[in-house]
Amino acid sequence: MEQVSLGTVLWYTLGAYLTLSIFSFLYKDNPFYRLAEHLIVGLSAGYWIAVLYHQSLVALWLEPLTNGFKAVITPGGSLAEESGRLLLSIIPGIGGLIMFTRFFPKISWLSRWPIAFYLAISAGVALPLYLQSFTVEQMRASMIPLGGSLSVVLKDLIVIIGTICGLAYFYFSMQHKGIVGGMARFGVWILMIGFGSTFGYTVMSRISLLIGRFRFLIDWVNQIAGYLK
Amino acid sequence: MNGEQKPHDGFWLRLINIDRRWIYLVIGIVVFVPILFPIGLPVQVTKEVQNVYDRIDSLKAGSIIMIPMEYDPATMAELQPMAYAILRHCFSKGIKVISTALQIEGVTIIKNDLELIAAEYGRKYGEDYVFLGYKPYPGIVILNMGEDFRKPFPRDYYGNLLDSLPMMAGVYNYSSCAMIVNINATSGVDYWINYAHTRYGAPLAIGVTAVMATDYYAFLSSNQIFGLIGGLKGAAEYEKLINHPGLATRAMDVQSIAHSVIVIFILVGNIAYFSSRKKKG
Repeated sequence: MEQVSLGTVLWYTLGAYLTLSIFSFLYKDNPFYRLAEHLIVGLSAGYWIAVLYHQSLVALWLEPLTNGFKAVITPGGSLAEESGRLLLSIIPGIGGLIMFTRFFPKISWLSRWPIAFYLAISAGVALPLYLQSFTVEQMRASMIPLGGSLSVVLKDLIVIIGTICGLAYFYFSMQHKGIVGGMARFGVWILMIGFGSTFGYTVMSRISLLIGRFRFLIDWVNQIAGYLK
Repeated sequence: MNGEQKPHDGFWLRLINIDRRWIYLVIGIVVFVPILFPIGLPVQVTKEVQNVYDRIDSLKAGSIIMIPMEYDPATMAELQPMAYAILRHCFSKGIKVISTALQIEGVTIIKNDLELIAAEYGRKYGEDYVFLGYKPYPGIVILNMGEDFRKPFPRDYYGNLLDSLPMMAGVYNYSSCAMIVNINATSGVDYWINYAHTRYGAPLAIGVTAVMATDYYAFLSSNQIFGLIGGLKGAAEYEKLINHPGLATRAMDVQSIAHSVIVIFILVGNIAYFSSRKKKG
């Protein structure tokens, strides 16, 4: 086993302490758990603020703005071109500042303008693609020409019937009686099978995370052993 | 917790009111013990994982694939083995890798993972792999990368200009990559389907946490993705395909035993429920 430094052991020990603190909630709520919980909330918030400041505010606005000003006042370049670039940095900044008018009730209506602009851009970019990816493509994949071997035909039939019956369950403009009722009931069974497989996968996911934490605790013991050796 | 239980209550009634901490304890034991004493249960490879392997394996040395990785400390237990396996496959075949980390909490982990596996195969930064790092607003970043990687990332994670990296010469966008294999623990995988595949037509495979896997099988059926690696099981399958058993393969024993115990719990719980209901009349 390679030599382990004291620093490594201390970091591992801190991680192990926090892991065990979180696990202690399984017994009952306690101050160790609460400390660990508050620590992660606080750390995450601080981390996010720092990252967003540097990656968003500085990199996407302050830097282009400063560079734009420098370019405008530096002789030699095309003033019109540089001024245009500068405006592209100023306008989003003004939009961002207007968002803060929400704190002043008399002019809070102004904040709706940048929100409307943002929503329009997002919807314009996302809607056609989401419709294509999540609706049109899925519908196309459900329109299957039946053919091939018996097993393929059976599989495709399950997809077609399952989709139609699943949708029938969510059709609320007719009473779920007769044929529609039967289809809806079958649709519920299909949904239940889907939920069952999701549950199985969820169990696997959670057990995987537990394995990860147990491995970390085993590593921690190994690190201490390596340091003491 | 079951202090209201009386001694004359039936066995089944007492069983369904059992203190849940006993269940936690049993699960803890059945997870912990097989980690220490692995059995080596077999792993079967599924078609959706085989597809990813085959597509990567068919590439020639020098081809470029993009492996955006979005996982953090909370999900690394599931996705890190998957990332290791795919990176090992690429680097062992001389395939070049471009990577991003669009989930902020995982940037350093992903950087370390890339460096670790690249070092295993003696791959050099800038020649065999490039790490672009993180930028906020993943949807916009993915859209921009479809035009030119240099738009959202004029510089890489380490601050190098992209044009100064030999590997990036002539590499502009997704069309320069043979495929995208997105390893993702967030709903950000929708952005990759939506923007990288639907908008730019990039061939896409995904590796997701097990809890997300069922949501994305529909995209596999519709051929919007050509492969799907689901959770630790998917990672174990990939490890088997590259003949490099690792963390995921060893974890499969634990998964199998823990799942069996949970199935027993569900069966016993249901029997107890129906028996106690019958008794109540």
